[in-house]
Amino acid sequence: MSAKNYNDLAHAHAHGDANPHAIGHHGEEAHGSLRDYVIGFVLSVVLTAIPFWLVMSGAIADKTTTALVIAAFAVVQIIVHMVYFLHMNGKAEGGWNMLALIFTGVVVLIVISGSMWVMYHMNANMMPMHAEQMD
Amino acid sequence: MSDATHSSAPLPDSIASASLAKLGKFWDLNEHDHPEGHSTMLGFWIYLMSDCLIFAMLFAAFGVLGGNYAAGPGPRELFELPLVALNTSMLLFSSITYGFAMLAMQRGSVSQTQMWLLVTAVFGAAFLSIELYEFANLIHEGATPQRSAFLSAFFTLVGTHGLHVTFGLVWLFTLVVQVSRKGLIQANKRRLMCLSLFWHFLDVVWIGVFTFVYLMGMLR
Repeated sequence: MSAKNYNDLAHAHAHGDANPHAIGHHGEEAHGSLRDYVIGFVLSVVLTAIPFWLVMSGAIADKTTTALVIAAFAVVQIIVHMVYFLHMNGKAEGGWNMLALIFTGVVVLIVISGSMWVMYHMNANMMPMHAEQMD
Repeated sequence: MSDATHSSAPLPDSIASASLAKLGKFWDLNEHDHPEGHSTMLGFWIYLMSDCLIFAMLFAAFGVLGGNYAAGPGPRELFELPLVALNTSMLLFSSITYGFAMLAMQRGSVSQTQMWLLVTAVFGAAFLSIELYEFANLIHEGATPQRSAFLSAFFTLVGTHGLHVTFGLVWLFTLVVQVSRKGLIQANKRRLMCLSLFWHFLDVVWIGVFTFVYLMGMLR
C-alpha cells in the first residue's frame, strides 16, 4: 500500500504543475497568423527572385562572388522559412525543437563541408593528373 | 487531482519524500496519464531532422561529384533556369496556400480547409509535372542517371526531393478525405500540423536544391 501511495505523491508533485503548461503551450505556439504567412511569402519571393536574376543576367561579373552572394541569399531564405512558415522559436516544445534543429545543423555542416574537404584533398593528392583532365 | 492524492495519502509530504529518497525511487512506477498525441509534434520534428540528414548526405554527394561530367553534358548545356524558376514559384505558392489551409483550420472551417488543401495539391502536382517534364527532357537528350557521376548525383538528390513531394501529396489527399469524414477533430488537426511541417520543410530543402544545384551549376 505504502509504496503505491508514495509514487502517487511523487507523481502529483512532478507532473501536477508541468503538464498544463505543456498542453497550453501546444495549442498556441505551433500556429502562425495571416500576417506571418504573408510576410514570409513576400520575403521568400524577393529572396528567390534576386539570386535567379543575379545568375540569369550575370550582373556580377565574378563567378565566385556571385556564388557567395546567392549562398548568402539561400541561408537568409532558409531562416525566413523557419521563422514564418515552420514557426520556429526557442520556446516551442520547451526548447527541444530548437535544440534538435541546432544539432542537425551542426551535423549537416560537418557532413557537407567534411565530405567536400576530404574529397577535394583526395583528388588533389592522389590523382596523377591535372585539374582540367579530371572534368 | 492533487487534492485526491493528498487526502488518500497516509503520510505528510516531507516524510513521504524522505522515505522515497531512502528507497532511491525517483522514477514513476505507475504509468501516468499522457494526453493523446501530446508528443507527436516533437517526434515528427525529430523525424524531419533525420530526413534533413538524408538530404545532407545527398547534397554532400552532389557537392563532391557535381563536377565529374565524364566528358558528358554539364549543367550549362542541360539546365533551363526559366523552367526552374517556374518550378520554384509553384512550390512557394503551395507553401503559402498550405498556410491558408492552416489558418482556415484554426477558424474551424472544414470547407475552406479542404479548399486550400486542394489548391496546395494543384501547385504540388504542377511542381511534380514540371520536374518530370524536365527529367524526361534530360533523359531524351541522353543525360540519363547512368551518363556521369554528376548526373547520378543530380537525379538522386532532385529525385529524392520529388519523391518526398509525391508522398506529401498522397498524405494531403488522405487528409482531405479524413477531414471530410471526421471533421476538424483534434487528431485531424494534429495530422494537418504534421503535414504542414513536412510541406514547408520540403520547400526549405528546395531552396538548397535551386541554389546549390541549379544556380551554382550554371556558374561552374
